[in-house]
Amino acid sequence: MNDSAAQSQQQATGEVHLHQLDGVLRIEFIGDWTQSARIKDKPDVSVILQRSVAMQKVRFETDQLHCWDSRLPAYLMPLLKALQTQKINVDTGNLPSGVQALLALAMAVPERGDTGKASQPVGLLSQLGISVISTIANAKLLLTFIGETQIAFWQFFRGRARVRAADFFLCLQAAGPEALPIVTLISLLVGLILAFVGAIQLALFGAQIFIADLVGLGTVREMGALMTAVIMSGRTGAAYAAQLGTMQVNQEIDAIKTMGISATEFLVLPRISALVLMMPLLCLYANVIGILGGALVTVSAFDVSLIQYFNETVKAVHLPDFMIGLFKSAVFALLIATAGCMRGMQCGRSASAVGDATTAAVVDSIVYIVIADSVITLICDQLGI
Amino acid sequence: MNPVHMRVENLTMAYGDHVIQRDLNFAINQGDVFIIMGGSGCGKSTLLRHLIGLQQPAAGEIYFQQHGFWQASEQDRLAMTRRMGVLYQSGALFSSLTLAENIALPIAEFTALQEKEIAELVSFKLALVGLAGFENYYPSEISGGMQKRAGLARAMALDPEILLFDEPSAGLDPISARLLDDLIIQLSEALRTTIVVVTHELASIFAIGANSVFLDAESKTMLATGAPSHLLHKSDNPKIIQFLTRGEQTR
Repeated sequence: MNDSAAQSQQQATGEVHLHQLDGVLRIEFIGDWTQSARIKDKPDVSVILQRSVAMQKVRFETDQLHCWDSRLPAYLMPLLKALQTQKINVDTGNLPSGVQALLALAMAVPERGDTGKASQPVGLLSQLGISVISTIANAKLLLTFIGETQIAFWQFFRGRARVRAADFFLCLQAAGPEALPIVTLISLLVGLILAFVGAIQLALFGAQIFIADLVGLGTVREMGALMTAVIMSGRTGAAYAAQLGTMQVNQEIDAIKTMGISATEFLVLPRISALVLMMPLLCLYANVIGILGGALVTVSAFDVSLIQYFNETVKAVHLPDFMIGLFKSAVFALLIATAGCMRGMQCGRSASAVGDATTAAVVDSIVYIVIADSVITLICDQLGI
Repeated sequence: MNPVHMRVENLTMAYGDHVIQRDLNFAINQGDVFIIMGGSGCGKSTLLRHLIGLQQPAAGEIYFQQHGFWQASEQDRLAMTRRMGVLYQSGALFSSLTLAENIALPIAEFTALQEKEIAELVSFKLALVGLAGFENYYPSEISGGMQKRAGLARAMALDPEILLFDEPSAGLDPISARLLDDLIIQLSEALRTTIVVVTHELASIFAIGANSVFLDAESKTMLATGAPSHLLHKSDNPKIIQFLTRGEQTR
């Protein structure tokens, strides 16, 4: 049957005719009834039903049916159901035996009435309500997660946490040395950009030497920490969410729990501490590279010698500036790791949930970073450091 | 005897240099339920991946009716795979789509049917596997056995000539497994579909198998081909007897 369907794929057509004869409604199927065929003027179930109510007897004819696939029983099923509910006498004896068997199979299990999941349109007010409720639920989850993490750290400092040293070192490796190449590239370019942006204005006053101040302070206090944080939220925060989310999907986290091990201690603790330890180091490295990038532009294009640039940087940038940058990056690390681990641990059980968790982790951590950065800068400004 | 639907000739399967199975020769007849059996790790699922064209053989060829699968052009290959339906071990339903959308996807891609008619077909396919009324459910909202049946409905969406099953009864309770077996038989009879089943469930093997091939992990080749009950009574290979009697009886 399938062969013939393939051959006549182009011009295959099917029809259905209704005849009334001797008080019987005869429904005649003609031609090809396949998924690739074109079927002309198929009457609606309601039309047939209307006509058959008058006749009270229906018979199917298939003498001129050429070939069929599941399209025919798919068309017949709702019709037969409607006829059954109207208690109309139906004779299916002339249908091909395969169609009869399929229909018997399909109609053997009654449709479950309680599965009606028709999606109702939601009003504006209830949408607002739903989003408020979910925000509150999210805040609760966040608090729970922070609490659990604090307990885990407390256990760790009391020497009671179960953390595998090997896991911790793997996390260190992933969050530190493996990020060096991308951090190098980005901070060098940010240094270059800062230098160019400043140079154009400063050169107007012949004050090119102050490019060093601009790049030095800008990198050390702000850009070094911020750019590493953005890189690490995309690199490590997303990885944490994806790893833990996949473990959630594979029931690995359940397995850890049933072994009597706290998943927070075992999985979250090493990740958060690794990132918090590594990020300030990366930030320090990014500061140096950023200043080098600035020097590259200034020395090559704006008539300032390397020694002058170095001296000016040393004069402009002081230890508190470095400390602020490093403090910021430690805070950012905590936020990134928390967002990543939380989204991973709370991931749903499907493949798409892992993707959602990863996206949410990155978005959350960048929002947190920017908010935290503003707050810290404001406080520093008020304190005069 | 029915005509040959699929034929495997001198097939060698390998991952890199690591040979899984070599010199496989067997034929799958039209309308038969064909069983691929063997112990764990002997390459049953790998053979299935070769049959459906997910993996290229290291040597040999797979014939789909008269056409060599790997001799054909990329486009013909895709057309051939479209004539097969596969039920993967855990259903492999798209988790971001509802059951109805899962089944409608291939129909909408490959036919010119109207939306209303696609919906009719989808409802019919779901009813066939006993899931009428579950159209708007997401795969994560139904049980494992239901996911498997929904996977079957999707595999049948385009009325394939060959249906392939990877461990259909794995993870199902005995009654659900039995019901799925019955469903496979009923569908193959009603639609005259050729069915290939990878399994090591003895109950299924004897209940539904008309023909089979037995793979062996140690010798890295097939030990026999034929009807499972025939193999049980007529084979003189102790490995096959042991497998088919769960190692409880040596004849």
